[in-house]
Amino acid sequence: MSIDLKTVKHISKLARISIDDEKANKLKGDLNNIFEFIEKLNELNTDNVQALTSIAETTLRFRKDEIKSENIREKILKNSPEENKDFFVVPKVVE
Amino acid sequence: MSDITSQSLFELTSNIKEKKLSSEEITKAFINRAEKSKKLNVYVTDNFEKAIDQSKKFDSNPNLDFKLPGIPIAVKDLFCTNGVRTTAGSKILNNFVPTYESTVTQNLWSQGAILLGKLNCDEFAMGSSNETSFFGNVQNPVGENLVPGGSSGGSSAAVAANLTPVTIGTDTGGSIRQPASFTGTVGLKPTYGSCSRYGIVAFASSLDQAGPMTKNVRDCSILLEVISSFDQKDSTSIDYKRNYYSKELSKDIKGKKIGIPKEYRVDNMPEEIEQLWKNGISYAKDCGAEIIDISLPHTNYALPTYYIVAPAEASSNLARYDGVKYGFRSPGQNLIEMYEKTRSEGFGDEVKRRIMIGTYVLSSGYYDAYYLKAQKVRQLIKKDFDDAFSKVDAILTPSTPSSAFKIGEKTNDPVSMYLNDIFTVPINLAGLPGISIPAGKDKNNYPLGLQVIGKPFDEQNILNISYALEDKINFKNDISDWWLSE
Repeated sequence: MSIDLKTVKHISKLARISIDDEKANKLKGDLNNIFEFIEKLNELNTDNVQALTSIAETTLRFRKDEIKSENIREKILKNSPEENKDFFVVPKVVE
Repeated sequence: MSDITSQSLFELTSNIKEKKLSSEEITKAFINRAEKSKKLNVYVTDNFEKAIDQSKKFDSNPNLDFKLPGIPIAVKDLFCTNGVRTTAGSKILNNFVPTYESTVTQNLWSQGAILLGKLNCDEFAMGSSNETSFFGNVQNPVGENLVPGGSSGGSSAAVAANLTPVTIGTDTGGSIRQPASFTGTVGLKPTYGSCSRYGIVAFASSLDQAGPMTKNVRDCSILLEVISSFDQKDSTSIDYKRNYYSKELSKDIKGKKIGIPKEYRVDNMPEEIEQLWKNGISYAKDCGAEIIDISLPHTNYALPTYYIVAPAEASSNLARYDGVKYGFRSPGQNLIEMYEKTRSEGFGDEVKRRIMIGTYVLSSGYYDAYYLKAQKVRQLIKKDFDDAFSKVDAILTPSTPSSAFKIGEKTNDPVSMYLNDIFTVPINLAGLPGISIPAGKDKNNYPLGLQVIGKPFDEQNILNISYALEDKINFKNDISDWWLSE
């Protein structure tokens, strides 16, 4: 199988990464090379194999649902690209 | 006493405990050398001023019960450090100053260590040569214009060049062991779940582990003892009794069964690596170990599996970089345009490539063919190791299929770059501990490493085998300091 330019553009849309035609063409070549390499897996019959979902054979722990941190609003907002003391600021989303 | 910066962690710690050296003397010695070593480009952000203040503070009231008493340490720039910029080698985190500390680095500071600075790495740890970093490539102190390996390339170079006594890196597919091999240093990837992932910039969550990178095996055991801990903040952290790795370190490996997997004899493997491996085997025999031929039949499928699983997890993990809450933002007319521009301008080519692969293999209609298939093959790879470990105590292989290559040599061919990790990737997929130790040199005098792989949570055993082999190998790095400026 091969990945065409339309598919590359579709993936870039899904990944929210804008790319121009030149980059898209380059990526098409790279991705096809990589997928050719990945196709090797099709040599293996895995019909009766259970997928590995967790490498550490433990069940996830439960903990009490309780607030542990102090008021961290300031800390959380400290690195926001556009400053506002109470909120994250983004371009207008509702007309 | 030998020059301060060339001393091992163990020597520095002893000298501090015996009051022969102060933390300030040691810290200043490393800073002084770093100032003359800019050509290597190991630092993304230094913490020198604060480090000197902290060393003075330590000396004024030294706690000599600590395992790292007043020892300055630089760490890979993938660990979040409270109040010190953390970039993950990416433009998108260029201005990010964490307001919290990773558990692994906190473990260092809790044992008296002092942060020297943050070391260069491949962007989001995606790379095998440190060439994908937004902050430029790192020079391998072994030779000019050689890559130091990756992704922990700044870390491996800094240890080899005596710019930090020890360091910590992260390893998703070989990012500690491959750079250790390329620089003639020791690097250990612990069992998945040993070291907390809390506060480490995530790449592929089911594979990522932090681990020590050091000049020798003893230092490695000391550092592992400090960083390995159970942590409530990491849901995959495992609560088990950890060894006193440095106290229990022993060269007695008599009767240990060491497996040699035939599938690691890959096509076109350089003769010198074959020889290195044979030497390792004979040293192990000299130490009284029993050598057993084993088979890991799915070895050849590990890299293709990795290049589905790791990008899939990365594409999910990196969805958080949207220009909204932290990091770089490129303005847009609307929200979607802002996302797309931010990510397009903020990520480098390799990271974008992997996000694209991951998005594709997880997208509707392809999930079963790729992601599910890979998770099934991952099961087979893990089973190979389970079967092997029913017969042997550890496995010995080369660390890498080649020595360090030239800067720029593989940048245009992603697949040939990926092949570097052929011997290291299976260990991450199976969640096992693995260590690379320097074991010899090639015809260019570049270091080559051997890898010892262990059962889950059996770090002590692979440390002991490495300790015994290290003694027999007696490796000398003889680095010439060619990069030093006045």
